Amino acid sequence: MAYHRFNLDLFISNSLLNWLGGTMASHQSTHHVIPAKVFVIILGILLVLTVLTVVFHSMQLGSLAAPVAFIIATTKAVLVMAYFMHLKYDTTINKMIFGTAFFFVALLFILCVIDIATRIPVQSTL
Amino acid sequence: MSTDNKAMGRKHHFAHHFRSAEHEYESAKQGIWLFMATEILMFGAIFAAYAIFHSLYPSMFAEGASHLDWRMGFINTCVLLVSSWTMAMAIQSLQSGKGKNAAPYLIVTLLCGAGFMVIKYLEYTHKFHLGLYPGKWFTYEGAQHSNLALYFSFYFVMSGLHGIHVLLGMGLITWVLIRTMRGEFDEHYYTPVEGVGIFWHIIDLIWIYLFPILYLIG
Repeated sequence: MAYHRFNLDLFISNSLLNWLGGTMASHQSTHHVIPAKVFVIILGILLVLTVLTVVFHSMQLGSLAAPVAFIIATTKAVLVMAYFMHLKYDTTINKMIFGTAFFFVALLFILCVIDIATRIPVQSTL
Repeated sequence: MSTDNKAMGRKHHFAHHFRSAEHEYESAKQGIWLFMATEILMFGAIFAAYAIFHSLYPSMFAEGASHLDWRMGFINTCVLLVSSWTMAMAIQSLQSGKGKNAAPYLIVTLLCGAGFMVIKYLEYTHKFHLGLYPGKWFTYEGAQHSNLALYFSFYFVMSGLHGIHVLLGMGLITWVLIRTMRGEFDEHYYTPVEGVGIFWHIIDLIWIYLFPILYLIG
Protein backbone atom coordinates (compact mmCIF):
# COMPACT_ATOMS: atom_id res chain seq x y z
CA MET A 1 0.00 0.00 0.00
CA ALA A 2 1.18 3.46 -0.83
CA TYR A 3 1.17 4.81 2.71
CA HIS A 4 3.23 1.90 3.90
CA ARG A 5 6.06 2.71 1.51
CA PHE A 6 9.12 4.10 3.19
CA ASN A 7 10.36 7.34 1.77
CA LEU A 8 13.66 8.51 3.21
CA ASP A 9 13.26 12.10 2.01
CA LEU A 10 9.93 12.55 3.67
CA PHE A 11 10.08 10.47 6.76
CA ILE A 12 10.84 13.20 9.29
CA SER A 13 8.22 15.57 7.92
CA ASN A 14 5.81 12.63 7.64
CA SER A 15 6.25 11.72 11.24
CA LEU A 16 5.60 15.30 12.28
CA LEU A 17 2.71 16.06 9.94
CA ASN A 18 0.96 12.74 10.29
CA TRP A 19 1.27 12.91 14.03
CA LEU A 20 -2.41 13.35 14.65
CA GLY A 21 -3.44 13.11 11.04
CA GLY A 22 -4.80 9.63 11.43
CA THR A 23 -3.89 8.74 7.86
CA MET A 24 -2.52 5.40 8.93
CA ALA A 25 -5.31 2.87 8.96
CA SER A 26 -4.42 0.26 11.53
CA HIS A 27 -7.68 -1.54 12.02
CA GLN A 28 -6.71 -4.22 9.56
CA SER A 29 -5.91 -7.67 10.79
CA THR A 30 -2.46 -7.50 9.20
CA HIS A 31 -0.17 -5.27 11.27
CA HIS A 32 2.23 -2.93 9.61
CA VAL A 33 5.82 -4.17 9.71
CA ILE A 34 8.59 -1.58 9.49
CA PRO A 35 11.48 -2.93 7.36
CA ALA A 36 14.68 -3.77 9.27
CA LYS A 37 16.76 -1.30 7.25
CA VAL A 38 14.50 1.57 8.36
CA PHE A 39 15.32 0.73 11.99
CA VAL A 40 19.05 0.75 11.16
CA ILE A 41 18.71 4.20 9.54
CA ILE A 42 16.72 5.52 12.54
CA LEU A 43 19.35 4.20 14.98
CA GLY A 44 22.08 5.85 12.90
CA ILE A 45 20.28 9.21 12.93
CA LEU A 46 19.67 8.94 16.71
CA LEU A 47 23.37 8.26 17.40
CA VAL A 48 24.47 11.12 15.11
CA LEU A 49 22.04 13.48 16.89
CA THR A 50 23.47 12.36 20.26
CA VAL A 51 26.98 13.25 19.05
CA LEU A 52 25.61 16.60 17.76
CA THR A 53 24.16 17.33 21.23
CA VAL A 54 27.66 17.05 22.72
CA VAL A 55 29.30 18.95 19.81
CA PHE A 56 26.87 21.89 20.14
CA HIS A 57 27.36 21.88 23.91
CA SER A 58 31.15 22.12 23.50
CA MET A 59 30.66 25.18 21.25
CA GLN A 60 29.48 27.19 24.30
CA LEU A 61 26.41 28.68 22.62
CA GLY A 62 25.39 30.58 25.74
CA SER A 63 21.69 31.39 25.82
CA LEU A 64 21.14 29.30 22.67
CA ALA A 65 22.55 26.16 24.33
CA ALA A 66 19.31 25.10 26.03
CA PRO A 67 16.99 25.64 23.01
CA VAL A 68 19.44 23.82 20.69
CA ALA A 69 19.69 20.85 23.08
CA PHE A 70 15.89 20.82 23.45
CA ILE A 71 15.30 20.86 19.68
CA ILE A 72 17.75 17.98 19.13
CA ALA A 73 16.24 15.99 22.01
CA THR A 74 12.72 16.52 20.66
CA THR A 75 13.77 15.42 17.16
CA LYS A 76 15.20 12.25 18.72
CA ALA A 77 12.04 11.76 20.78
CA VAL A 78 9.81 12.07 17.70
CA LEU A 79 11.90 9.46 15.85
CA VAL A 80 11.74 7.06 18.82
CA MET A 81 7.97 7.54 19.15
CA ALA A 82 7.18 7.34 15.44
CA TYR A 83 9.35 4.34 14.55
CA PHE A 84 10.61 2.43 17.58
CA MET A 85 7.29 2.82 19.41
CA HIS A 86 5.51 2.28 16.10
CA LEU A 87 3.19 5.19 16.82
CA LYS A 88 3.28 6.43 13.21
CA TYR A 89 1.38 3.31 12.18
CA ASP A 90 -0.78 3.08 15.30
CA THR A 91 -4.45 3.93 15.63
CA THR A 92 -5.64 7.54 15.88
CA ILE A 93 -7.07 6.87 19.36
CA ASN A 94 -3.67 5.68 20.64
CA LYS A 95 -1.97 8.76 19.16
CA MET A 96 -4.55 10.94 20.87
CA ILE A 97 -4.15 9.16 24.24
CA PHE A 98 -0.40 9.69 24.18
CA GLY A 99 -0.75 13.22 22.76
CA THR A 100 -3.12 14.19 25.58
CA ALA A 101 -0.36 13.53 28.13
CA PHE A 102 1.99 15.91 26.29
CA PHE A 103 -0.79 18.50 26.09
CA PHE A 104 -1.25 18.48 29.85
CA VAL A 105 2.51 18.57 30.52
CA ALA A 106 2.68 21.61 28.20
CA LEU A 107 -0.21 23.19 30.13
CA LEU A 108 1.65 22.58 33.39
CA PHE A 109 4.78 24.24 31.98
CA ILE A 110 2.81 27.26 30.70
CA LEU A 111 1.09 27.79 34.06
CA CYS A 112 4.45 27.48 35.85
CA VAL A 113 6.04 30.03 33.52
CA ILE A 114 3.14 32.45 34.13
CA ASP A 115 3.52 31.94 37.89
CA ILE A 116 7.28 32.48 38.00
CA ALA A 117 7.21 35.42 35.57
CA THR A 118 4.54 37.35 37.46
CA ARG A 119 5.89 36.96 41.00
CA ILE A 120 6.96 39.98 43.00
CA PRO A 121 10.77 39.74 43.11
CA VAL A 122 12.26 38.96 46.51
CA GLN A 123 15.94 39.18 47.38
CA SER A 124 17.22 35.62 47.69
CA THR A 125 19.18 34.75 50.79
CA LEU A 126 21.06 32.07 48.87
CA MET B 1 -7.02 -16.63 15.67
CA SER B 2 -6.20 -20.22 14.92
CA THR B 3 -3.00 -20.67 13.03
CA ASP B 4 -0.53 -23.36 12.13
CA ASN B 5 1.99 -22.92 14.88
CA LYS B 6 4.95 -25.16 14.19
CA ALA B 7 6.66 -24.22 17.42
CA MET B 8 6.26 -26.61 20.29
CA GLY B 9 4.93 -23.76 22.45
CA ARG B 10 1.39 -23.25 23.54
CA LYS B 11 -0.86 -21.55 21.03
CA HIS B 12 -2.44 -18.31 22.17
CA HIS B 13 -6.21 -18.05 22.04
CA PHE B 14 -7.87 -14.71 22.65
CA ALA B 15 -9.80 -14.35 25.89
CA HIS B 16 -13.56 -14.98 25.76
CA HIS B 17 -14.49 -11.37 26.51
CA PHE B 18 -12.96 -10.19 23.22
CA ARG B 19 -14.64 -10.39 19.83
CA SER B 20 -11.49 -11.47 18.04
CA ALA B 21 -7.73 -11.72 18.38
CA GLU B 22 -7.51 -8.31 16.73
CA HIS B 23 -9.92 -6.85 19.30
CA GLU B 24 -7.75 -8.29 22.10
CA TYR B 25 -4.60 -6.87 20.50
CA GLU B 26 -6.09 -3.38 20.06
CA SER B 27 -7.45 -3.35 23.63
CA ALA B 28 -4.13 -4.46 25.12
CA LYS B 29 -2.25 -1.81 23.18
CA GLN B 30 -4.68 0.91 24.17
CA GLY B 31 -4.08 -0.07 27.80
CA ILE B 32 -0.33 0.21 27.28
CA TRP B 33 -0.72 3.68 25.74
CA LEU B 34 -2.87 4.83 28.68
CA PHE B 35 -0.08 3.62 30.97
CA MET B 36 2.48 5.48 28.84
CA ALA B 37 0.39 8.67 29.17
CA THR B 38 0.66 8.38 32.98
CA GLU B 39 4.44 7.93 32.65
CA ILE B 40 4.69 11.16 30.62
CA LEU B 41 2.56 12.97 33.21
CA MET B 42 4.71 11.67 36.11
CA PHE B 43 8.05 12.57 34.54
CA GLY B 44 6.54 15.75 33.06
CA ALA B 45 5.70 17.03 36.55
CA ILE B 46 9.29 16.42 37.71
CA PHE B 47 10.64 18.14 34.59
CA ALA B 48 8.37 21.13 35.38
CA ALA B 49 9.75 21.27 38.93
CA TYR B 50 13.28 21.11 37.51
CA ALA B 51 12.47 23.99 35.12
CA ILE B 52 11.12 26.15 37.96
CA PHE B 53 14.17 25.74 40.19
CA HIS B 54 16.55 25.97 37.26
CA SER B 55 15.03 29.33 36.33
CA LEU B 56 15.48 30.52 39.95
CA TYR B 57 19.07 29.30 40.44
CA PRO B 58 20.66 28.83 36.97
CA SER B 59 24.29 29.17 38.13
CA MET B 60 23.74 26.65 40.95
CA PHE B 61 22.41 24.11 38.43
CA ALA B 62 25.42 24.79 36.18
CA GLU B 63 27.71 24.02 39.12
CA GLY B 64 25.78 20.81 39.76
CA ALA B 65 26.07 19.68 36.14
CA SER B 66 29.82 20.31 36.26
CA HIS B 67 30.08 17.52 38.85
CA LEU B 68 28.67 15.03 36.34
CA ASP B 69 30.86 13.33 33.74
CA TRP B 70 29.16 13.93 30.38
CA ARG B 71 31.09 11.00 28.88
CA MET B 72 29.26 8.61 31.22
CA GLY B 73 25.93 10.15 30.18
CA PHE B 74 26.92 10.03 26.51
CA ILE B 75 27.86 6.33 26.67
CA ASN B 76 24.64 5.54 28.51
CA THR B 77 22.60 7.44 25.91
CA CYS B 78 24.19 5.37 23.14
CA VAL B 79 23.69 2.14 25.13
CA LEU B 80 19.98 2.90 25.59
CA LEU B 81 19.51 3.88 21.92
CA VAL B 82 21.10 0.60 20.80
CA SER B 83 18.90 -1.30 23.27
CA SER B 84 15.82 0.42 21.83
CA TRP B 85 16.93 -0.68 18.39
CA THR B 86 17.43 -4.32 19.44
CA MET B 87 14.02 -4.24 21.18
CA ALA B 88 12.38 -2.93 18.00
CA MET B 89 14.23 -5.59 15.99
CA ALA B 90 13.02 -8.37 18.34
CA ILE B 91 9.41 -7.35 17.60
CA GLN B 92 10.17 -6.86 13.90
CA SER B 93 11.63 -10.41 13.79
CA LEU B 94 8.45 -11.84 15.31
CA GLN B 95 6.21 -9.79 13.00
CA SER B 96 8.04 -10.88 9.86
CA GLY B 97 8.01 -14.58 10.74
CA LYS B 98 11.67 -14.75 11.81
CA GLY B 99 10.85 -15.49 15.42
CA LYS B 100 14.13 -17.32 16.00
CA ASN B 101 15.97 -13.99 15.89
CA ALA B 102 13.76 -12.49 18.60
CA ALA B 103 15.44 -14.16 21.59
CA PRO B 104 19.01 -13.04 20.66
CA TYR B 105 17.77 -9.46 20.16
CA LEU B 106 16.01 -9.56 23.54
CA ILE B 107 19.18 -10.88 25.22
CA VAL B 108 21.23 -8.01 23.75
CA THR B 109 18.54 -5.56 24.96
CA LEU B 110 18.84 -7.06 28.44
CA LEU B 111 22.64 -6.80 28.36
CA CYS B 112 22.40 -3.13 27.29
CA GLY B 113 20.04 -2.48 30.21
CA ALA B 114 22.52 -4.15 32.57
CA GLY B 115 25.37 -2.11 31.07
CA PHE B 116 23.39 1.07 31.65
CA MET B 117 22.84 0.16 35.30
CA VAL B 118 26.55 -0.70 35.81
CA ILE B 119 27.54 2.77 34.52
CA LYS B 120 24.84 4.32 36.71
CA TYR B 121 26.23 2.40 39.71
CA LEU B 122 29.74 3.71 39.02
CA GLU B 123 28.40 7.27 38.79
CA TYR B 124 26.33 6.98 41.96
CA THR B 125 29.14 5.47 44.07
CA HIS B 126 31.47 8.25 42.89
CA LYS B 127 28.93 10.89 43.98
CA PHE B 128 28.44 9.15 47.34
CA HIS B 129 32.20 9.01 47.81
CA LEU B 130 32.41 12.80 47.40
CA GLY B 131 29.43 13.43 49.71
CA LEU B 132 27.26 14.66 46.84
CA TYR B 133 24.05 13.34 48.41
CA PRO B 134 20.55 14.80 47.94
CA GLY B 135 19.03 17.32 50.36
CA LYS B 136 19.99 17.20 54.02
CA TRP B 137 22.44 14.32 53.52
CA PHE B 138 24.71 16.53 51.38
CA THR B 139 28.19 16.64 52.94
CA TYR B 140 30.36 17.88 50.05
CA GLU B 141 32.75 20.59 51.27
CA GLY B 142 33.69 22.52 48.12
CA ALA B 143 30.26 23.76 47.01
CA GLN B 144 30.21 27.32 45.63
CA HIS B 145 26.44 27.62 46.04
CA SER B 146 24.96 26.96 49.48
CA ASN B 147 21.93 25.22 47.93
CA LEU B 148 23.88 22.86 45.64
CA ALA B 149 22.20 19.95 47.46
CA LEU B 150 19.00 20.87 45.58
CA TYR B 151 20.64 19.99 42.26
CA PHE B 152 21.53 16.55 43.60
CA SER B 153 18.00 16.08 44.92
CA PHE B 154 16.81 16.54 41.33
CA TYR B 155 19.66 14.43 39.95
CA PHE B 156 18.98 11.45 42.20
CA VAL B 157 15.17 11.63 41.95
CA MET B 158 15.17 11.99 38.15
CA SER B 159 17.91 9.49 37.33
CA GLY B 160 16.82 7.21 40.20
CA LEU B 161 13.19 7.04 39.06
CA HIS B 162 14.50 6.44 35.55
CA GLY B 163 16.86 3.72 36.85
CA ILE B 164 13.95 1.97 38.61
CA HIS B 165 12.19 1.94 35.24
CA VAL B 166 15.27 0.37 33.63
CA LEU B 167 15.29 -2.38 36.29
CA LEU B 168 11.53 -2.97 35.87
CA GLY B 169 11.99 -3.02 32.10
CA MET B 170 14.78 -5.60 32.43
CA GLY B 171 12.46 -7.77 34.52
CA LEU B 172 9.72 -7.49 31.90
CA ILE B 173 12.16 -8.27 29.09
CA THR B 174 13.29 -11.39 31.00
CA TRP B 175 9.63 -12.43 31.22
CA VAL B 176 8.99 -12.06 27.46
CA LEU B 177 12.40 -13.61 26.69
CA ILE B 178 11.45 -16.79 28.59
CA ARG B 179 8.09 -16.90 26.80
CA THR B 180 9.82 -16.27 23.47
CA MET B 181 12.22 -19.15 24.08
CA ARG B 182 9.24 -21.35 24.92
CA GLY B 183 7.92 -20.59 21.46
CA GLU B 184 4.80 -18.82 22.64
CA PHE B 185 5.09 -15.95 20.17
CA ASP B 186 4.97 -15.81 16.39
CA GLU B 187 3.78 -13.43 13.66
CA HIS B 188 0.16 -13.96 14.78
CA TYR B 189 0.64 -13.29 18.48
CA TYR B 190 3.33 -11.09 20.01
CA THR B 191 1.25 -8.59 22.04
CA PRO B 192 3.25 -8.93 25.32
CA VAL B 193 6.55 -8.36 23.50
CA GLU B 194 5.16 -5.25 21.82
CA GLY B 195 3.80 -3.92 25.12
CA VAL B 196 7.11 -4.44 26.90
CA GLY B 197 8.82 -2.87 23.88
CA ILE B 198 6.75 0.31 24.16
CA PHE B 199 7.62 0.51 27.87
CA TRP B 200 11.32 0.03 27.08
CA HIS B 201 11.21 2.78 24.44
CA ILE B 202 9.63 5.26 26.87
CA ILE B 203 12.63 4.68 29.16
CA ASP B 204 14.80 5.69 26.21
CA LEU B 205 12.50 8.65 25.52
CA ILE B 206 12.88 10.00 29.09
CA TRP B 207 16.66 9.55 29.01
CA ILE B 208 16.89 11.48 25.72
CA TYR B 209 15.80 14.54 27.74
CA LEU B 210 17.59 13.65 31.00
CA PHE B 211 21.01 13.47 29.33
CA PRO B 212 21.21 17.08 28.08
CA ILE B 213 19.43 18.67 31.06
CA LEU B 214 21.37 16.86 33.80
CA TYR B 215 24.82 16.40 32.23
CA LEU B 216 25.22 19.26 29.77
CA ILE B 217 23.07 22.30 30.48
CA GLY B 218 22.55 21.74 34.19
